[in-house]
Amino acid sequence: MAHQVQRGASSPLAQAGQRLDQALVLAWRSLLTPVRSLVDVWRRSIQARVVIGTLALSAVLALLAGWVLLRQVTEGLLDSKQQASIAQATVGAQTAQARLDSAEIGSFFDVGPEIRKLIEVLSPSAEAQNDYDVVIIGPVSAGPAVQPTGGSLASGQVDAAATISRGLMDAVRSSPGVYWSYAPIHQQGQSSIPGLVVGSQLQISSTGQSYALFYVFPLAEQQQTLSVVRSALITTGALLVVLLGTIAWLVTRQVVTPVRLARRIAERLAAGHLEERMQVRGEDDIARLGTSFNQMAASLQRQIRQLEELSRVQRRFVADVSHELRTPLTTVRMAADVLHDAKDDFDPVTARSAELLQGELDRFEGLLTDLLEISRFDAGVAVLDLSEVDLGDLARRVADSTAALAAQRGSTVRVRVPDEPCVTTADVRRLERIARNLIVNAINYGNGHDVDVAVARSEDAVALSVRDFGIGLKRGEDTLVFNRFWRADPARDRTHGGTGLGLSIAVEDTVLHGGRLDAWGAPGRGSVFRLTLPRRAGGRVGESPLPLQPLDDEQTATVGGPYARFSGPRGVR
Amino acid sequence: MEPVRTQRGRVLVVDDDSSLAEMLTIVLRNEGFEPRVCSTGDRALAAVRDFRPDLVLLDLMLPGKDGVDVCREVRNESGVPIIMLTAKNDTVDIVVGLESGADDYVVKPFKPKELVARVRARLRKFDGDVPEELRIGDLSIDVAGHTVSRSGERLSLTPLEFDLLVCLARKPWQVFTREVLLEQVWGYRHAADTRLVNVHVQRLRSKVEIDPENPQIVLTVRGVGYTAGEPPAAG
Repeated sequence: MAHQVQRGASSPLAQAGQRLDQALVLAWRSLLTPVRSLVDVWRRSIQARVVIGTLALSAVLALLAGWVLLRQVTEGLLDSKQQASIAQATVGAQTAQARLDSAEIGSFFDVGPEIRKLIEVLSPSAEAQNDYDVVIIGPVSAGPAVQPTGGSLASGQVDAAATISRGLMDAVRSSPGVYWSYAPIHQQGQSSIPGLVVGSQLQISSTGQSYALFYVFPLAEQQQTLSVVRSALITTGALLVVLLGTIAWLVTRQVVTPVRLARRIAERLAAGHLEERMQVRGEDDIARLGTSFNQMAASLQRQIRQLEELSRVQRRFVADVSHELRTPLTTVRMAADVLHDAKDDFDPVTARSAELLQGELDRFEGLLTDLLEISRFDAGVAVLDLSEVDLGDLARRVADSTAALAAQRGSTVRVRVPDEPCVTTADVRRLERIARNLIVNAINYGNGHDVDVAVARSEDAVALSVRDFGIGLKRGEDTLVFNRFWRADPARDRTHGGTGLGLSIAVEDTVLHGGRLDAWGAPGRGSVFRLTLPRRAGGRVGESPLPLQPLDDEQTATVGGPYARFSGPRGVR
Repeated sequence: MEPVRTQRGRVLVVDDDSSLAEMLTIVLRNEGFEPRVCSTGDRALAAVRDFRPDLVLLDLMLPGKDGVDVCREVRNESGVPIIMLTAKNDTVDIVVGLESGADDYVVKPFKPKELVARVRARLRKFDGDVPEELRIGDLSIDVAGHTVSRSGERLSLTPLEFDLLVCLARKPWQVFTREVLLEQVWGYRHAADTRLVNVHVQRLRSKVEIDPENPQIVLTVRGVGYTAGEPPAAG
């Protein structure tokens, strides 16, 4: 039960899920749109690509150069400071050691005051108070005794415990020598500043104790210098990048603007404004492009004009010929009719001749009418006389009018029309002509079998299909069949008396309506002609409401797979 | 002084093609009409005045004065039915022809029987000997007397326009589709060109309506056809 509820399309859960899906899709799309437009700009604009490329490359370059520069400045600054500091600390340590050696230290109790005295001696003078601080920690002993056993004394506000790292401490304690390391200097009540710590061992021979002496050099000045250098580098780099980008933009603009102009003019040319030309200034590459472009346009214009003129003359000729033929044909036609009416009074040979004359005149007239119609399509002067048409009514009407012909061939035309009206905006006369053409063809090529006419509609299209069960079409003939004067079998088909232009006219009529006419056929299984029209004039024809390949055809099962299998009467809803 | 009329009526053929003109006279004479040929447009009007035909068959393509001009001239003087013969099937040409006053048209090449049917339909009278008085809007129609008047003032209509008006007035409750009008007024048995109806309704309105832009006599029923206007409540 629960499953069913979940699967039911109308269950609230499923609906909520759907809504969520839609919301996600929407969100994704709204996210995608700006990205897509950016991608579009990237793809379509050379200028954008060059500018962005220049910006990216120059930014990388500026970063690299800045980094190298900064490194060198830093090294230079620190090296000298380091050397000076170490030298000063070494001298200090020697002084201290000498003082300790010469002092008279009899017992442990003398050490404290001596050390205190030492700090005072080593401390910087009043005017150089910020240069360094001195820290003495001790007594420290070599070996595994980890913690300095004594306290620490400092000249300034240096927090000795926090500033002097364990590594340095251990190194100083383990053996005599000068050791140094960079470390942040912690001062009581202040934030830490970068600094250099230099340490060495002091030995008091009489008591065998050793103390650690540290010089702490603050590097605030160097840091300040570095930060000034860094900000100068950043500013310069950013300015450089922006400048390079601007230069790239300006330079590409020089090239791209004429190219864009050329594109716009090419588009206008393509749209039929053949007199458009580029403006040519100077003699540079762009100017030469313009000259060549204009030459091409001129040559195109000349050729198109020539072709237009040629085809206009030709169309005019066809139309004139058709018109000029009409008056004499009318006379001949009337004369033939008079003869035909009087044929009972003639001898058999003359009578038969009159009959033949009559029959062939019908054909001649049909051909002339069709030719004139085609020439009108070719000239592009065919216009639609639009009104609301019910395709179902129309199919019935045309089927009725072809009943006599069908009866002659021993077949009937069956029309299947849905209950609801299949209304479209169309030219009735042309639509009737298409339907008549398809149905008459189906009767003529149906070998006496019945003809099925179906009408259906969908959301935005209406369709009419005509099925016959005659000789059908061979592979590839479903497109050939719409060609002018095409005949499947030249020997056979003349007897049917069609002009060979019927389907071509039907296609032109269909195209004029914005519709589609297609054919299906298989040898021996008949053929289907399907007309699909938009329901509203100018609308789009999507999927046709009627299948092209008949559902009752056995091929369907193999071609379309089991999904296409259809049982029961072939129906339109 | 009325000349003796043949039973079927006199037909003036205006055509420059002598073979076709001769053929037309043969066919028309066979059908019992009395034809006469006029071979140029310039002489057509004089021929109409002289011959007083019951119907004019007019070729649209004439040397000299062209068919449309001839049609207009004849129409200015007389309501004689005019059938155009045209080699062009284009909407524009046909509408121009109809608007210049032709009642009907036949496209070349035509079958003789088709032409004769068209001629007969135009010569047929919508009459009855019984005096019949119809009202449509504020118009009164004397069918037997072939007159239409508005408050005593006579309006001049061609026979075709008169027939069209009578057809609508006889059944004021009915909406006539263009196809029905084609059948009843023009005598077409199969669906034909509904432009005939549109053009002639416009012409009729220009004569009978007080304000042709806002018709009261011949009303359009959108998507269906035409119907007669209501007689005013007072009348």
